[in-house]
Amino acid sequence: MNKNQKLANKKKPKRIVIREEYCMGCRLCEVHCLVRHSKTKNIIKAYKGEYPRPIPRIIVEEKGYVSFALQCRHCEDAPCLEACITGAMYRDKKTDAVLCNEKKCVGCWMCIMTCPFGVILRNVEGEKVASKCDLCMGEEIPVCVKYCPNEAIICEEKK
Amino acid sequence: MEGLGSKMSKRPTPTEFIIERDDEKCIACQACVRMCSNDVHSYDPESDTVSSDNTKCVGCHFCETICPTGAITIKRNPSEFKLNANWNAEVIKNITKQAETGGVLLTGMGCDKPFPIYWDHIVLNASQVTNPSIDPLREPMELRTYIGRKPDKLALDYSGKETKLKTTLDPQLKLETPILFSAMSYGSISLNACKSLARAAVEMGTFYNTGEGGLHKDLYKYGANTIIQVASGRFGVHKEYLEAGAAIEIKIGQGAKPGIGGHLPGEKVSEEISQTRMIPLGTDALSPAPHHDIYSIEDLRQLIFALKEVTRYRKPVGVKISAVHNVAPIASGIVRAGADFVAIDGLRGGTGAAPTVIRDSVGIPIELAIAVADHRLREEGIRNQASLIAGGGIRSSSDVIKTIALGADAVYIGTAALVAMGCNLCQKCYTGKCNWGIATQDPYLTKRLNPEIGARRLVNLLRAWSMEIKEMLGGMGINAIESLRGNREQLRGVGLSDTDLKLLGIKPAGEAW
Amino acid sequence: MNRFQEKDISGCAIFGIMDQRGKRFSGRDIITSIASMRERANGLGGGFAAYGIYPEHKNDWCFHMMFESKSAMVQTEEYLRDNYKIVKDEIIPTTEDKSIKYRPLLWRYFLQLKEEKAKLHYDLTEEDFVVKTVMEINTKINGAFVASSGKNMGVFKGVGYPEDIGRFYRLEEYEAYIWTAHGRFPTNTVAWWGGAHPFGLLDWSVVHNGEISSYGINKRFLLNYGYICAFFTDTEVITYLFDLLVRKHKLSFEIVANILAAPFWDEIERQSQEEGEFLMTLRIIYGSALVNGPFSVIVANSKAMVGINDRIKLRPLVAATSENRLYVASEESAIRQICPTPDKVWMPKAGEPVIGRLRE
Repeated sequence: MNKNQKLANKKKPKRIVIREEYCMGCRLCEVHCLVRHSKTKNIIKAYKGEYPRPIPRIIVEEKGYVSFALQCRHCEDAPCLEACITGAMYRDKKTDAVLCNEKKCVGCWMCIMTCPFGVILRNVEGEKVASKCDLCMGEEIPVCVKYCPNEAIICEEKK
Repeated sequence: MEGLGSKMSKRPTPTEFIIERDDEKCIACQACVRMCSNDVHSYDPESDTVSSDNTKCVGCHFCETICPTGAITIKRNPSEFKLNANWNAEVIKNITKQAETGGVLLTGMGCDKPFPIYWDHIVLNASQVTNPSIDPLREPMELRTYIGRKPDKLALDYSGKETKLKTTLDPQLKLETPILFSAMSYGSISLNACKSLARAAVEMGTFYNTGEGGLHKDLYKYGANTIIQVASGRFGVHKEYLEAGAAIEIKIGQGAKPGIGGHLPGEKVSEEISQTRMIPLGTDALSPAPHHDIYSIEDLRQLIFALKEVTRYRKPVGVKISAVHNVAPIASGIVRAGADFVAIDGLRGGTGAAPTVIRDSVGIPIELAIAVADHRLREEGIRNQASLIAGGGIRSSSDVIKTIALGADAVYIGTAALVAMGCNLCQKCYTGKCNWGIATQDPYLTKRLNPEIGARRLVNLLRAWSMEIKEMLGGMGINAIESLRGNREQLRGVGLSDTDLKLLGIKPAGEAW
Repeated sequence: MNRFQEKDISGCAIFGIMDQRGKRFSGRDIITSIASMRERANGLGGGFAAYGIYPEHKNDWCFHMMFESKSAMVQTEEYLRDNYKIVKDEIIPTTEDKSIKYRPLLWRYFLQLKEEKAKLHYDLTEEDFVVKTVMEINTKINGAFVASSGKNMGVFKGVGYPEDIGRFYRLEEYEAYIWTAHGRFPTNTVAWWGGAHPFGLLDWSVVHNGEISSYGINKRFLLNYGYICAFFTDTEVITYLFDLLVRKHKLSFEIVANILAAPFWDEIERQSQEEGEFLMTLRIIYGSALVNGPFSVIVANSKAMVGINDRIKLRPLVAATSENRLYVASEESAIRQICPTPDKVWMPKAGEPVIGRLRE
């Protein structure tokens, strides 16, 4: 296999695309994101049994009948990467996603202040860390996409 | 003492459904609270729990479907009246309502009364020994159907060296499967629902019908798969509209409400509806009962030819009628008036809004209607002059195949299509609060019907039914739908009276050729 | 029971011979060949059609009648006398054969249409009038059936093995230039003399092996054009379809084959623009005349003999030529029984007709 074929075979990184015309504002994406990032990964236990309750990294924005689910855009020129003082924010080589290593995070909130989309959250119930979308590392499809009842968020190859 | 007077003149609406919430499973995610258009569920932040007001529930099952833990079950209200075969709960509630409001009781969808369903008393044949069945997975099985006027015979030109075709056919609609989407107006259903139907029709090689709501500008691009309707209100009828579709259907009546015109309550007349239908915003769109320019059959002939002239004889022009007592001679008259197809809508046809009494008592079942109409047209030797499309409560592929065997060229499905898109027949379409985003114009609600998903589900439905039809055809030793059309020898009746058998033109089960 | 007798029996046998010069020959050959296919029948029906057998009466309409009672005969004769001049009438000669039971009265009439009747029904051709007569007798007169109604031809049929029927009717004594024969193994209807094959109308005769799944609609399609099916057997529709399409609509045998055994839509789409449009139009107009279900038929009239299979060839049909003769049969062995070395033998494709025409 030559270099060109290898490049062609390499999987293109996936990104989440928002289609606000189909979002019904049910917030099931928030529910499943929360469950995915819980300890037990079980919906009832995550809500009723876990303390502190985990937080979802996806936020549904609403005004009038317009709504859509917003999460980290995994920007190519991510300001949060630049702002992070400890190096907790890093770019994953395989998926090109911007991830936060919560063990290194000290909760300075610099990333939150620079994020132009406001999609990084202060996770203060337990350890004081910044939490954001991690494209559900390890899953085939991110759970928000999988469980959206109206396909308002879909997963596509990055263009 | 203060409330007593009002309590007697205005009793609380009888509760139809109760919501059972499994507290172990409910995680108070509030999806149900946000989603219910009838404001049934509410969240109490103090106790972090969700509770439900049963009196408002219409039984659409949207919350049950969307609940991430399956904590909700919808049940019929067990609060019962004393058993009375004559004065049942529904009758009592209806009279109570009318005593309070003095109004006409409205309802949606099709007749829900237990009239006999003839399809459930008809069985199909299969080949055994003498005639091999044909396997549709291995051999060709043809469902293609052409709707339109067909000549009595072929005319050939023998003058040249080779025999050439002299006959030119009247315009035909080409269907890859004998199922079309019935007329459901933009207004009674949302634009997203219309888009779903249009896209599915394109993908399956069939047609959908605009109903009497006119054609929204976004739908013009699906024109090649659209049958446009000209109804008594003439909503949205202008020159581009007539040119936009592949065929034109004059709506004289619909099965759910024979004898009266269409009704779109003002709640559902939004800005876009107002523009498409060419009526004022927020006003009730009441179609007149007759077309005020069709008071007799000769007037119908005039309109048919006026439409043919406008479209330069390039599109089939047909007529849709309700199935009534005289459906056979009426169909015959319509064919002689020049229609290229006659659509007959039976008693169980659906609607967005109709007076309950008319929906449930006026009209006859489609099985009988299509059988007698087909028979009459053949008796008069004019069956080939128009295609027959039958509709009105067709629920499965076996209903489709039985209707075709009774004489229809193709069938219209309306309710089945809506159920495919999510409807659970709560019959509250006239309120405009359809939680599934189908029978509403409220933008909060219409968003819920993603036309990509809607179209996908409709295509799935048609594909599944087409496959089942092929299997049944193959079982009968037939490999082309033309050989089943009107072939009543392949049907037998079970538990039907002699009169029923005679009207349907079929033999009783047990009788051979 | 030895293994030969346990052998699987498939239903019905058909056979046709035509001498394309019009040279007549005895019925002996056809009786021999149909006898060789005895296993395909079960004794519940057999019959023959013969063309050119009444040269002295070649311009008279010849009705072969079956009467179940004397009163049926009287009624029929009265009806015939009303409309026709009976040139000659006689019993159809037969020999004694113990295997042929419950014999109806077999009579033949040579008729000429009365002029004043022709004038009265000026909107009908003479053929249409004869068809009307046949339909009337079959449906209105109880116990009377017209087996054939052509000129210079006749249908001889009954309940029994075909070779026995052939000998019963003394067919070795007749000479014809087209002979067709049928041995029956009915499955859907009770055996009766009227229901045996061939079916005759005017100078058409049809012998059929198969079952018509589209019978219900073919029958109703024909009703539109005035043909009433009264013989409780699906084969009737093929006879009437040929009369309608060839005589009244003036379509060629090749076109009729494309109607009865219509090609599939994807095959039509593969044709050239003109041919494809022609086939599509044909199918759209005559969809109700598509004969679905397995069949092989041999149809004959005074000028031609045609063999056709259904559109997916679910029944056997073999054809052969030898000098001036055309043979069409259910089995090759039946052909070789009387013609051991034919010039050419072939199996026609599904829907492809084998046509033998009388050379002028």
